[in-house]
Amino acid sequence: MAKVKGDIVVDIEKCKGCELCVVACPQGTIALSDKINKKGYHYMVKIKDNCTGCENCALVCPDAVITVYRKSGKKKEKVATISNVQKDMTLEVN
Amino acid sequence: MGELRLMKGNEALAEAAIRAGCDAYFGYPITPQSEVLEYLSREASNRTGMIVLQAESEVASINMIYGAAGAGKRAMTSSSSPGISLMQEGISYIAAAELPCLIVNVNRGGPGLGTIQPSQGDYFQATKGGGHGDYKLIVLAPSSVQEMADFVRLGFDLADKYRNPVMILADGAIGQMMEKVELFEQQPKGGTIPKPWATTGKTKDRERNIITSLHIDPREMEKINLRLQAKYKEIQEKEVRYETFKVEDAEYILTAFGLGARICKKVVELGREKGYKIGLIRPITLFPFPSKIFKEISTKVKGILDVEMNAGQMVEDVRLSVEGKTKVEFYGRMGGIIPTPEEILDYFEKIFLKGE
Amino acid sequence: MDESIVRTEEQEFLEEDICVAENLVYKKPKTLTDIDLHYCPGCGHGVVHRLLMEVVEEMDIQDKVIGVAPVGCAVFAYNYMDIDMQEAAHGRATAVATGIIRVLPDKLVFTYQGDGDLAAIGTAETLHTCNRGENILIVFINNAVYGMTSGQMAPTTLPGMVTTTSPFGRDVKTMGYPLKMTDLVAQLPGTYYVTRQAVNNASNVRKTKKAIQKSFQYLQQKKGTCFIEVVSNCPSNWKMTPVEANKFVEEKLIPFYPLGDLKVPKEELK
Repeated sequence: MAKVKGDIVVDIEKCKGCELCVVACPQGTIALSDKINKKGYHYMVKIKDNCTGCENCALVCPDAVITVYRKSGKKKEKVATISNVQKDMTLEVN
Repeated sequence: MGELRLMKGNEALAEAAIRAGCDAYFGYPITPQSEVLEYLSREASNRTGMIVLQAESEVASINMIYGAAGAGKRAMTSSSSPGISLMQEGISYIAAAELPCLIVNVNRGGPGLGTIQPSQGDYFQATKGGGHGDYKLIVLAPSSVQEMADFVRLGFDLADKYRNPVMILADGAIGQMMEKVELFEQQPKGGTIPKPWATTGKTKDRERNIITSLHIDPREMEKINLRLQAKYKEIQEKEVRYETFKVEDAEYILTAFGLGARICKKVVELGREKGYKIGLIRPITLFPFPSKIFKEISTKVKGILDVEMNAGQMVEDVRLSVEGKTKVEFYGRMGGIIPTPEEILDYFEKIFLKGE
Repeated sequence: MDESIVRTEEQEFLEEDICVAENLVYKKPKTLTDIDLHYCPGCGHGVVHRLLMEVVEEMDIQDKVIGVAPVGCAVFAYNYMDIDMQEAAHGRATAVATGIIRVLPDKLVFTYQGDGDLAAIGTAETLHTCNRGENILIVFINNAVYGMTSGQMAPTTLPGMVTTTSPFGRDVKTMGYPLKMTDLVAQLPGTYYVTRQAVNNASNVRKTKKAIQKSFQYLQQKKGTCFIEVVSNCPSNWKMTPVEANKFVEEKLIPFYPLGDLKVPKEELK
């Protein structure tokens, strides 16, 4: 289904388990872990391998704990910098 | 010799602000000091590019000072008693954040809306903190139009040196009277002391600068307080200023500040004509208060008469200074009344010579 | 569909490690410090802090920007933003910002204020700063409640909304009506760009960021006051989960405080 392959890296110790990323993810890729971090929060984890790298989780995260990667085709440079965040908004609709 | 002019106290102060290299003035009109804002509005921006802004209130003015002083610039405001009361919150923040700036209070009679006539009723407010928390302003009390001008430059220099707000505590009469004044030369804008702590935009070569008075950890807050107190102690040791007049052979001492001291000089002269050995001590810095001179003189004289245009405020500091070693009496007028030399001398005779 | 995405289908990339620098598309901005935010889980403040710092990083204006923090939950905003900042007295942020911008006219100055700070105690300063058209950005976080003092009624609390000081719901007859500051300042000739945004979902977050970007560009052009209201949440004091709180934003707050531009620069209206 996913035409784009993405992945996320989560700073679990900073996560406060608010779950906003879970509802923001259009793919159902993430959920809260049963485990807790040092702060005592259930932190977010990837439960499926269907991330498209759409960034929605990172955008709604109040604690900036998520880094997003997306593997795109030939024009890698188009998405290789943070300044292209706006440009790739269209991903949200898929 | 500098340029000589006949000026109102408020105008001399405003002119001195331009010449002292003040970067910005923020203020709100209030009698009896509105000439400061008027003069600066007319003169300042053309000559030095100084910013002059009529704010929507004294509350806004003092917080504009916070912003401009925090940005490393020489900033000042002026007002009169009710307006200074409105500024107290901001002054407390400025003192806590250690921002150098100049605040001028052309004192009028209170409490409340009071009167627009001159008073010294804000001595406590100026010298004891005024707003919340433990802090001090450096307080300069001019007693002439010349000092209205000179203390602006001195005030800015002290403010920059100690990173502390300075207040000029004048009164309506000093602000409104006209006298000859010798003006100092134009100084460079912004003063000469570097301010690496100012918020001017974080460059790559330094950590970010933060201007704040918030230290939520009580240990940290106590540390800040101890540092402030150490600074006030240093100011107390180094910056005391006062004037003495015929104290060498004096048996009695008059003491007064600002306008009161001008009147008391006349009292000394009138008294000496009658053969009384009277001298005068005029505190110029109300904080730091010149305690030492009072303590020293207390064992040599028969009594001290403190004269103020209030219900007796500085007299508490005089009494603390002499530590009970001599009698300290008080004479004051309130509500905007200026005492005459004759009535002061009458009181002096009554209290010290006739033993009433 | 984005052109680049279609092309990627042709690539055999599925087995590759995706988490490499060349594939990086989103990362916490460097201008946001590594200090853990003190905000409650799900709080909108964190999002807006991050957006501001993303824009500062992307526009490369760290050495130009000076922020003014409020009194309220965001009182420690300066701990998180790696820029020069001043902490203002309650409600006085725009006066402080005025002081800064007047003496440093080439800097980019913004205030960050909550609804109590901006719309109650600081109403006069806010209106007059906007009326003078000071060249600053005012970021106004409206979550309809006093957060830091733990849940009292705000000037923006909705009619009927329960807070600790309106325990039976805000009765507008005795407690007054919600104050729409953004609508007010949009009427003033000094404001150049006035908009109301939200951060309750990814789409709104993107729009809020766009508004911040535009505002800093306008400040660079010295256009006058830019004012962004961000309709936000307060899960702790609303006594909701963050997900419920964002739903409340969507269903209750946004209908009362409709999103969108209230004042758009004339030259952009075609």
